[in-house]
Amino acid sequence: MDLIISAYCQIHGNKVIVNDRLIYYQENFLTFADFIKSVYKQEQINYPKFYKMDSISKLGFLAADLILKQNTISGYRNDSVGVVLANSSSSLDTDIAHYDTIKDRLKYFPSPSVFVYTLPNIVVGEICIKNKIKGENVFLISETFDSTLLYNYTRQLFENCGMEACLCGWVEVLGSKYRTLITLIEKSGLPMSDEISKFRPLPFNQINLDLIFEHN
Amino acid sequence: MRPVYITADNIITSLGFNTSENVRSIQNNVIGLKQIEDPSLYPSPITLSRVNTPELELRFSEVLQKHQKNTAPVSYTRLEKILLVSISDVLSASNINLWNKRTLFVLSTTKGNIDLLEERYKAQFNHRRIFLWELARVIGAFFGFTLPPVVISNACISGILALITASRFIQSGLVDHAVVAGGDIASEFVITGFQSFQAISPAPCKPFDLHRTGLSLGEGAGAMILSAFPKPSVIDQITIAGAATTNDANHISGPSRTGEELGIAIKKAMAAANLTPADIQYISAHGTATSYNDEMESKAIAWCDLTKVPVNSFKGYWGHTLGAAGLIESVAAIESLKTNQLFVSAGYHECGVPVPINVITKCETKPLKHALKMASGFGGCNAAIIYQKS
Repeated sequence: MDLIISAYCQIHGNKVIVNDRLIYYQENFLTFADFIKSVYKQEQINYPKFYKMDSISKLGFLAADLILKQNTISGYRNDSVGVVLANSSSSLDTDIAHYDTIKDRLKYFPSPSVFVYTLPNIVVGEICIKNKIKGENVFLISETFDSTLLYNYTRQLFENCGMEACLCGWVEVLGSKYRTLITLIEKSGLPMSDEISKFRPLPFNQINLDLIFEHN
Repeated sequence: MRPVYITADNIITSLGFNTSENVRSIQNNVIGLKQIEDPSLYPSPITLSRVNTPELELRFSEVLQKHQKNTAPVSYTRLEKILLVSISDVLSASNINLWNKRTLFVLSTTKGNIDLLEERYKAQFNHRRIFLWELARVIGAFFGFTLPPVVISNACISGILALITASRFIQSGLVDHAVVAGGDIASEFVITGFQSFQAISPAPCKPFDLHRTGLSLGEGAGAMILSAFPKPSVIDQITIAGAATTNDANHISGPSRTGEELGIAIKKAMAAANLTPADIQYISAHGTATSYNDEMESKAIAWCDLTKVPVNSFKGYWGHTLGAAGLIESVAAIESLKTNQLFVSAGYHECGVPVPINVITKCETKPLKHALKMASGFGGCNAAIIYQKS
């Protein structure tokens, strides 16, 4: 089965790149929270729940949204679209926030709105809610970006589990460090666009995943 | 696609350190959930299922000896010790080669060594140990796995998802065997979080019961060996017949109102196994005993025409063990298949879900061939897996 990377979004180093095009760059030093909010505002995404999300969810949610704004998945049955995401530090960024609410017994205020984000797969849930995706989903943990694992996992979802499209990628935030690459994987043979400016799909394999991840 | 056999298993909870100790306790209706006073976990007493610490230390020192490790037991965290004892048990029941590149180690956990955030452990362990990949590396290196481990952290479906992942990697020929382990400890971190949700029951949890008052937490671990080849000299082989995951796409902390998405996972698992509802003789539910979860599961069961099928939840015995739950409850369900016995759903007396389902209230012997195990979790995730005896 031939699979293609039909679109991607990468966010890191104050840059947002969608399908090889730099769509946003912030020259000034901003905290992650301010940077991601500025992207959200520029892209005019009207989704108030965004403000309640933790950092990983904001990052993954935005990357997925920027891809799906241009590449519709509405032609697929919602239970045949999957999400395969991974990162290195799980939800440690938010774990520390929850731990800060309990470490001092005199200032004890654990909060369900923080605690619910102390699982890495919540970002998958946020992406699924916004885009009505109901297919296979998984969150994997590896020390560094593992294109082989992402490739193997995603490929077998197409071959053995009836998936027709998948969001596949990496969503990592810890403190001030953040990096995401989300790709849209589809079967090849989709009608190609005539527009010269349009992104040319790449074969879905480890090499191309690594190339996109490292290049931008 | 080639079949995937289950050739060894282990459960560690408050009820024991291997599958038979746990199953014997369940047969005798022993409840592992107790009122525990431990200010390092929670300021007031709390109902919890905890692995017996002195017994754990004893079993762990045996594991160190057996694997000829000269390191001090203090160099391992509580979760690592539980996982190492669990994996050592399944490996002793098997002769698979871990050193070639055909055996994969898959680890399922929600919070890993999260207790290492606490000040008291800062001097003892390197800060890297809190990363889940480092936890998996330490455990993999102990036994000498050569392939890099695969780590799944997907809320309460982690255990089933680890089994699904391993079985798919075997089916697609990437590996021949997988050692799948899952575990989570009872930590201040998790207890305070669930308390803030007001989700924890003051008394041992009562899945599906009219008077249920929330979930009980438990700690534990489990392990299974999955293989492309059957276990020699065993008549009743257990295989994974089909599995699927879905997402509710509805809410991050509340389950679907209709149960339809868990239902889709069940139907996909049945389709993959080439089975109809009439082929399923037993369901091991997630059954957390929260109001919404149990309600949703009953609707999913009805949506799949499975309301007559006997169903239980093991959480009334050992609580919700998070990253271990799907794994150890699968082991217990497989024990039902092997012995043709249905185990009582602890804590259940009167139906408390909108769609009546057939909750098991007395231990019963009947021929069993297919068992359905399911789970759902935060982030809207659902998983279903079907075990087959042949």
